[in-house]
Amino acid sequence: MADLHFGDDQPTNSERTAVDAVVPEIDAATVTETERLVRGGRSRRQGLRHLLLPVLHSLQHEIGWISPGGLNCAAERLGVPPAEAYGVATFYELLRTTDPGHKEDVVHVCVDPTCAIAGNGELRASLEASGARVHASPCLGQCERAPAVFVQGVSRPDRVPADDDEDFRLPQAGDTGLRVLRRTGVVDPTSLDSYRQHGGYQALAQAIDMGPDAVIAAVSESGLSGRGGAAFPTGIKWRAVADEPGPDKHVVANCDESEPGTFKDRIVCEHDPFAVIESMTIAGLATGSPHGWIYIRGEYPRATARLEGAIAQARSAGLLGDDVAGSGQRFDIELRRGAGAYICGEETALFNSIEGFRGEPRNKPPFPTTHGLFSQPTAINNPETLINVLDIVTDGPEAYRSVGTERSPGTRLFCLSGRVAVPGLYEVPFGTPLGNLIEMAGGPVGSLAAVLLGGAAGVFVGPDALDMPLSLEDTREAGATLGSGVVTVFDDTVDMQAVVVRIAEFFRDESCGQCVPCRVGTKRQHEVLVELQSSGKALSPRRSELIDDMALAMVDASICGLGHTAASAVRSALALGLIGNSS
Amino acid sequence: MSGVATETAVTIRVDDQEVAVPEGATILDACNAAGVDTPTICYGPTLTPVNVCRVCVVELDGSRALVPSCSRPAEEGMVVHTDSERVRHSRKMVLEFLATGVDLAQAEEMGQWAEHYGADPDRYVPGGETMNEPVRVQDNLYIRDYDKCVLCYRCVEACGDDAQHTYAISVAGRGFGARISTEFDVTLPDSACVYCGNCVAVCPTNALQFKTEFDLRQAADWRPEDQTVTQTVCSYCGVGCNLELHVQDNQIVKCTSPDDHDVTQGNLCIKGRFGWNYV
Amino acid sequence: MFGAGGGTSSYQEIEETDVILLWGSNAREAHPIFFHHLLKGLDNGARMFCVDPRYTSSARFADVWVGIDVGTDIALANGIGREIIHAGLADQKFIDRSTQGFEAYAASVEPFTPDAVAAICGIPPEAVVEMAHAYATADKAQILWTLGITEHHNAVDNVLSLCNLSLLTGHVGRWGSGLVPLRGQNNVQGGGDMGAIPNKFPGFASVDDPDHRARFEAVYGRSLNPVPGWHLTLMFEAMERGDLRALYVIGENPADSEADVIHARAQLESLEILVVQDILMTRTAEMADVVLPASVAWAESNGTVTSSERRVQRVRPAVSPPGQARHDIDILCDMAEAMGAELGPRDPQDAWDELRGLSAMHGGMAWERLEAAGGLQWPCPDEDHPGSPLLHGWLWADDLEGHDPAPFSVLQHEGPTEELSNEFPLRLTTGRALDSYNTGVQSGNYDSPLRFAGLDLNPADAAALGIADGDLVRVCSPRGSVEMNARLVSSLPAGLAFTTLHQPELIDVNVLTNPDWDPKSGTAEFKAAAVRVELIEAPETAGASVG
Repeated sequence: MADLHFGDDQPTNSERTAVDAVVPEIDAATVTETERLVRGGRSRRQGLRHLLLPVLHSLQHEIGWISPGGLNCAAERLGVPPAEAYGVATFYELLRTTDPGHKEDVVHVCVDPTCAIAGNGELRASLEASGARVHASPCLGQCERAPAVFVQGVSRPDRVPADDDEDFRLPQAGDTGLRVLRRTGVVDPTSLDSYRQHGGYQALAQAIDMGPDAVIAAVSESGLSGRGGAAFPTGIKWRAVADEPGPDKHVVANCDESEPGTFKDRIVCEHDPFAVIESMTIAGLATGSPHGWIYIRGEYPRATARLEGAIAQARSAGLLGDDVAGSGQRFDIELRRGAGAYICGEETALFNSIEGFRGEPRNKPPFPTTHGLFSQPTAINNPETLINVLDIVTDGPEAYRSVGTERSPGTRLFCLSGRVAVPGLYEVPFGTPLGNLIEMAGGPVGSLAAVLLGGAAGVFVGPDALDMPLSLEDTREAGATLGSGVVTVFDDTVDMQAVVVRIAEFFRDESCGQCVPCRVGTKRQHEVLVELQSSGKALSPRRSELIDDMALAMVDASICGLGHTAASAVRSALALGLIGNSS
Repeated sequence: MSGVATETAVTIRVDDQEVAVPEGATILDACNAAGVDTPTICYGPTLTPVNVCRVCVVELDGSRALVPSCSRPAEEGMVVHTDSERVRHSRKMVLEFLATGVDLAQAEEMGQWAEHYGADPDRYVPGGETMNEPVRVQDNLYIRDYDKCVLCYRCVEACGDDAQHTYAISVAGRGFGARISTEFDVTLPDSACVYCGNCVAVCPTNALQFKTEFDLRQAADWRPEDQTVTQTVCSYCGVGCNLELHVQDNQIVKCTSPDDHDVTQGNLCIKGRFGWNYV
Repeated sequence: MFGAGGGTSSYQEIEETDVILLWGSNAREAHPIFFHHLLKGLDNGARMFCVDPRYTSSARFADVWVGIDVGTDIALANGIGREIIHAGLADQKFIDRSTQGFEAYAASVEPFTPDAVAAICGIPPEAVVEMAHAYATADKAQILWTLGITEHHNAVDNVLSLCNLSLLTGHVGRWGSGLVPLRGQNNVQGGGDMGAIPNKFPGFASVDDPDHRARFEAVYGRSLNPVPGWHLTLMFEAMERGDLRALYVIGENPADSEADVIHARAQLESLEILVVQDILMTRTAEMADVVLPASVAWAESNGTVTSSERRVQRVRPAVSPPGQARHDIDILCDMAEAMGAELGPRDPQDAWDELRGLSAMHGGMAWERLEAAGGLQWPCPDEDHPGSPLLHGWLWADDLEGHDPAPFSVLQHEGPTEELSNEFPLRLTTGRALDSYNTGVQSGNYDSPLRFAGLDLNPADAAALGIADGDLVRVCSPRGSVEMNARLVSSLPAGLAFTTLHQPELIDVNVLTNPDWDPKSGTAEFKAAAVRVELIEAPETAGASVG
């Protein structure tokens, strides 16, 4: 509900077509039925708002930016005030609100540490020399094949050049002892039949037989916890949503992994998309939520296409829709693409992003289980967590707990990158020592200097931590974190000062800007580190105190996890002496 | 609208006092009831809390991070510390952080709190980035000086959900580059703005200023100490909005509306806010 | 008694209602802060239907906008009533207990089938059915109106046609349900309450009722004229006849605000003496023999005003009046004294206390209470009474608390008196804009970036006349012609033209308006004139907007 006022800027025909493709005029927020009868109002507008990000994507894709005329057209169609639509558009890295002056594809080159080590500078220079429109990007989620490139198409599909290169393989493909990755590299990800031949949809059938309570009980007994970083028990989350009354509940698959060094959900979605769909369906039936949503990074075109294909095939086969696999229950899935915002991996920011608002995290409580997507009860999990449910349902919780540790049952996916012989995605039982994991990947290249555990939001550990078992409890005890399973390896040739400055820059760039401690803290932290880097001197006690003071305020007073963790890698690098000494 | 008082009361401990507040009340309400003064920036009595400034944080037993008192509902048995080392530290840092990038010269209350908590904005890297925005004077009714903007969202709330439903402005951009903006930063006369001035009324730092005040300040003739404030009723339509006329030298220099009057709740329209020139 | 006095509901009630019929009101611009309360209602899930010939800024917030032809309100209201009855949605129990005249009403609306209404009003027939069902089946529903209902030659009938709907459904006298006329001026309610109408004393006591009169005579200490006076329209007729030769105008600007204003100005010119008491040099003041400069009531004087929700509130002096300007009450008392009469207390509080003794509904409104409480809503008969947020709760009492049942009214559709013709083929309607107020005497003095003065035209009508956006046009009615710039508004229905009345010095709109007036209210048909529009020249030489 708003005074809708639009300037004189009109859309071009192609912009209008781009808007029509997402929201036809007949479904507009305001419809002129006759010259004397217009329908509009609050409920129509509310029902359309969640299409804002898809419409902006469509405009961006059509002409390479969101022009005032295009924005007006989109905003009017959806009944969204143009100032708000502009606020949303300017939130995302992949959306431009200034005229680029050309209609060529934009080549995003990752500037985060793994790709920096792998020579992104040279790549960038050669791309620029060839006339490409290069854009420096935060982590693109392709760290196993660094330096990473993502091409954002204008009037052409987005693409990842490395997707065409079959040399990139899955190091554990064919290992039947795996759980989450058992099918990756084996099953045909574009075929429901292939998925079924590899045991697909047995879990759903069994879950329907068991009924919601038994499924949730099994998940609880398995000890499964979230694989995104917070490690919240999945069974408790599902139970809470199941206990909420009413039909308007949601299951959300959070495929927005953007933590630098993380690429696991991309690989899972690319190579085993039906498993994501099936496990979401189980979650939907178990929690009584008819609405499923996948929110996936905008930089993942292949994973997006495969998930969309899987949804379509599942729907045709009656595995999604009004009567899921004869259960009499409804569950269907809508897919939404992010547009380049690390913060949208935070669950409440993700909800705001789907709803068509700026991806700003919400204060908690209330929690998503009661006030999630559209302020309705929501179970949100990432693909890795979800896929674990399949084995829990088919094999039972005891079998599930037979690997891993008592307090961290099951396996864990780790994204190995940096100075390691065979970068890639590895599945190992919880409790596997860090050194063993690195050895699985062929061992470090060069002389190991440090490992970044958990990504930019994680901590650096030194060579003395190789014995540390990778379990929730052991890492916590060591003051480290598994986070999203990032293991970035650095040898002594890496300029750690530059790595840490880049991490600080990453947080500065990715802070949503909502709360003061994070908005200003990440900015000032970066300034201090740049000063340190350019001074070449040791960190002064005064600056050290300032860094600590800023870190404490960010941890204590920020709204969300981004601010809470924005100083952890920096401080661990200082504590380990990786930076801060005179050079 | 939340905050409906009911018969039920919840009792929480604020520092060393037991305080009973109605169900639905916030920790901030409880602090106020306990007579504990709490700094706030983004909180406004007529606005839905957005809890973004974080200066009102308190330490809550059982909570790992500090919690914003303005938005956190008081629950039976909560134990809250408003002056612990951690609380003082975060409040100091918020005020310090803002002072490093924003012109707070006309944000008197914030200045007092900054002094109280010992904020020292001079200890940061010299030459750090600031808001660095030109004053936007685009009409004769009010100006926008975003060098003074702390991004508290109050103007956005007043223009949007909480009162006016015009949505002429939003937060645009991200991180330290976030700004309050119209679409593509078009001028106010080209935007949806209807000049109700309700954004100006809620601005805590004078980043939004009535042009009358701006001009008097430019002329070094803005003298709040010489001003009187009189409550009366608007002369225009029949709704009966209460006005507070701020008068200096027998001239009206500003018009506001009482927050606690249930007809206006601090809000006015363009006529009430600016239509007093003829007096 | 039902059907007189003031709006039945408080602003707060609209925040909690379920269905809103906003009828002939552009409250978003004319009553912006009331609209805030309405927006809360919409945020809380209320559905809104907006009935207005124009797709106004208020209509943009509606679930459904119904664009009826100007002056066809009774036909639509009757059609809605008929549909409610035929669909079995009338609240028969309420009708039986609390109303009278239902059978005659039901018979009278029978011809107003949806198709018949559609033909009269120019709207789809389904709209009639949809509104009827939404209004009648709502738990709580309000009808709100403004000058779109009352600036017609049959203003009172228009209002009564809406009252009928509330009686049919019981949407009155309950929290959240009611009838809400939004007052156009800050004290038009208070003026009426205080007896500034020709047939009433304060508190709606009747001039021609000997018992009522006796109460006032006792306090005033003199006999009072038992003959109801003239309202403004009758005064102009009396001037025309020569029966009225001296006029004392206080805070009005009829030389700009009267319909068919050229004629009205001639009448004012013909007076033997014209005295104007005002805060500014209005056009009327310029014509006066004597001008008495007055202080600004709301910012330079003490007193009270009464709002649309019957809330009496205090005004207070913030600045001293300039020059020789004096308070209205002082001027009046001195004038009376000079003529040998004593008007009583001139201290505002003393005058208020005198009023409280005479008007029962104000009896409990002690000055101190008004100071403290942010105002009180009448009736407030004694000092322990909290004031009355809503009226007519008695409709829901089994015994009606001694009141007569509320009467239905039998009303016929007439349409505007001035029919469209080949010579004057367009319907001109007038209204208010957000940043301005009436004839702009007060609101014209600040620098509004929103200000616009001109004629809104449907693009198809404009194209047929060769008119482009911004062109200077001449608008002619049977009474005169005015030049202004055209603005093309695609949401304006074909055949309709619109302008505001705020800048008579630039656009003398009331030269055009129709003076036919409602004998029951004295209001002229400002909302419906027949006009012709002619192109004058291209836009280069004309500025479309002002300020």
